[in-house]
Amino acid sequence: MRLLTHNMLSSNIKGVINGFPLRIEVEKVIEKQVDFNPDFLKNMFSKIDWKALADASKIMGYAELPEEVPDASVLDSDEFLQKFHHALLELHLEEGALVCPETGRRFPVNKGIPNMLLHEDEV
Amino acid sequence: MWYLCVFYHRLLDYRKPEFEALADLFGAFDNNNPSSSHSLEWKLPEHHHPDSPFHFVNLPSEDIARNIANRSILVKGVYEIWGEGSSYEELKEAVNSYPDDRKLPYLTSDSTFRLIVDRFGKAISFKDQTALIKGMSYIPFKGKVDLRNPEHKFWLIETDDYESNNGLPPIVDKRVFFGREIGGADRKLLPTYELKSRNYLGPTAMDAEVAFLMANQAQAMPGKLVYDPFVGTGSILVAAAHFGAMTMGADIDIRVVRDGRGPDCNVWSNFKQYGLQMPVSLLRADNNLPPWRPGLKEIFDAIICDPPYGVRAGGRKSGGRKLLKGVVSPYTVPDDKRTGHIPSTAAYSLAECVHDLLDLAAKMLKPNGRLVYFYPVLRDNNDTIDVEFPKHPCFKLIASCEQMLSYRYSRVLLTMVKIGAYTDEIEEIARVRHMEFRENHVKWMEEGNLHAAVFSPEFLGGEDLDGKIGKDPKKKYRGKYV
Repeated sequence: MRLLTHNMLSSNIKGVINGFPLRIEVEKVIEKQVDFNPDFLKNMFSKIDWKALADASKIMGYAELPEEVPDASVLDSDEFLQKFHHALLELHLEEGALVCPETGRRFPVNKGIPNMLLHEDEV
Repeated sequence: MWYLCVFYHRLLDYRKPEFEALADLFGAFDNNNPSSSHSLEWKLPEHHHPDSPFHFVNLPSEDIARNIANRSILVKGVYEIWGEGSSYEELKEAVNSYPDDRKLPYLTSDSTFRLIVDRFGKAISFKDQTALIKGMSYIPFKGKVDLRNPEHKFWLIETDDYESNNGLPPIVDKRVFFGREIGGADRKLLPTYELKSRNYLGPTAMDAEVAFLMANQAQAMPGKLVYDPFVGTGSILVAAAHFGAMTMGADIDIRVVRDGRGPDCNVWSNFKQYGLQMPVSLLRADNNLPPWRPGLKEIFDAIICDPPYGVRAGGRKSGGRKLLKGVVSPYTVPDDKRTGHIPSTAAYSLAECVHDLLDLAAKMLKPNGRLVYFYPVLRDNNDTIDVEFPKHPCFKLIASCEQMLSYRYSRVLLTMVKIGAYTDEIEEIARVRHMEFRENHVKWMEEGNLHAAVFSPEFLGGEDLDGKIGKDPKKKYRGKYV
């Protein structure tokens, strides 16, 4: 699971109001190289919840992203785009879990696939 | 400028929509003009039936024509026509009167060329081909002949004055075209991607040709994000990734998305096999209760899918069968059994599935984003499909392409473009409808039971047929392969 996915997911258990961001429990992080595509990154930038991405990348062991939401002008900087690219697409949570911030429910991540299916009493 | 477009004679309904989707992608339409119709001007050669593979199309430039033709799957070729006629004498006259400044730049002595003879509906012997090529010697070709890799390809195309073969109504006049090829589909893709050589397959993996058509309808290209909520073995996303799009997929069956059939036989390996960019994300999620964070919207450029409609494979959603029928009350999972618990799922009716899909697309697609999906349709005796396709206030249906699957049913590829914003009001209507589906689970499962309609021993409305199924009113050429 890449951090782009983490940035899009929330706990949708019935009754949960603040299901985002999911806390990441890390067991195994791997890095996979992905082709760099500035257009894709520029498209994604406005959709990303920055704080959630910066925090998540820190947990995954990459602390290069600014804490504060950067101004859109940084998109002209290749250095920034490379960092954004690395955090968003190249860090993979291979084994671990996503934890609902409100209820503590663990959504397991195995072989890189988050299992977001709810139990019977959560729908 | 007008070009001759010759299609492969298959998937007839898909030909023009594919061409127009690509025309839009390559900038053939004026996007600043909201009243622009986003459809092209088409013209048939004289006496040709609309199902004929020959069409004239008006395009703003040769570059656009080339881009469309080379990216398409169903365009055999797009040609700049130098002349046409109902006989070779007429053709000669027409080619000779075609302006020299359009011809000479392609006939220079430092160029290489090839002349190809083709006839629709009939083979031409090698001897006749040579004779026909020699007959074109009135064109001042100065270049060198190169059969393998010519700079310019010229085509001499005949439509035979066949009777009723090909299944098309007879054409009264024979027509001969001579033109310069601008571009054509790379059909070599199809053997490369064909399913029989794919590592990981499921029972409903999408045929490579149709998957490419879907990706073209969705205008997949580098920089775009394409999502499939029923990803299965990834057969549709493979096509989108081939065109350079970033892909993302979800499925409710974790065995399919996570495990596959081993380390080298899973969804990832299907992308690796072709050297494609891996999906950005694969996850297990229920399309009925999508796990997207609140506030996330307009992130996908396209959503492409083949929803489970209960004929070859049924959909599943969260919540037990008995629970939704109201037979049992919700099962509370004991705390010590939560890890590794396998939640029960219930069948997912087509109506609800499509409702969820449209709601998801309305919210998650960017403005002008495209939703491309198959919708099943039962056929009646009169060879008509009289159905209302799903509607949504945020979407405009721009293409519907039928593919007959059996005597009783077809699937229709629908392409919808997002034209309106997802408002709070639309969201609220969708929420109410979602609850309605939950409460009337049983009713919807019965009403939407396509499986029974498709596979029941008696044909629906069998009274008219009087047991004689032998009289097939459908045109034969729309059978198995087209």
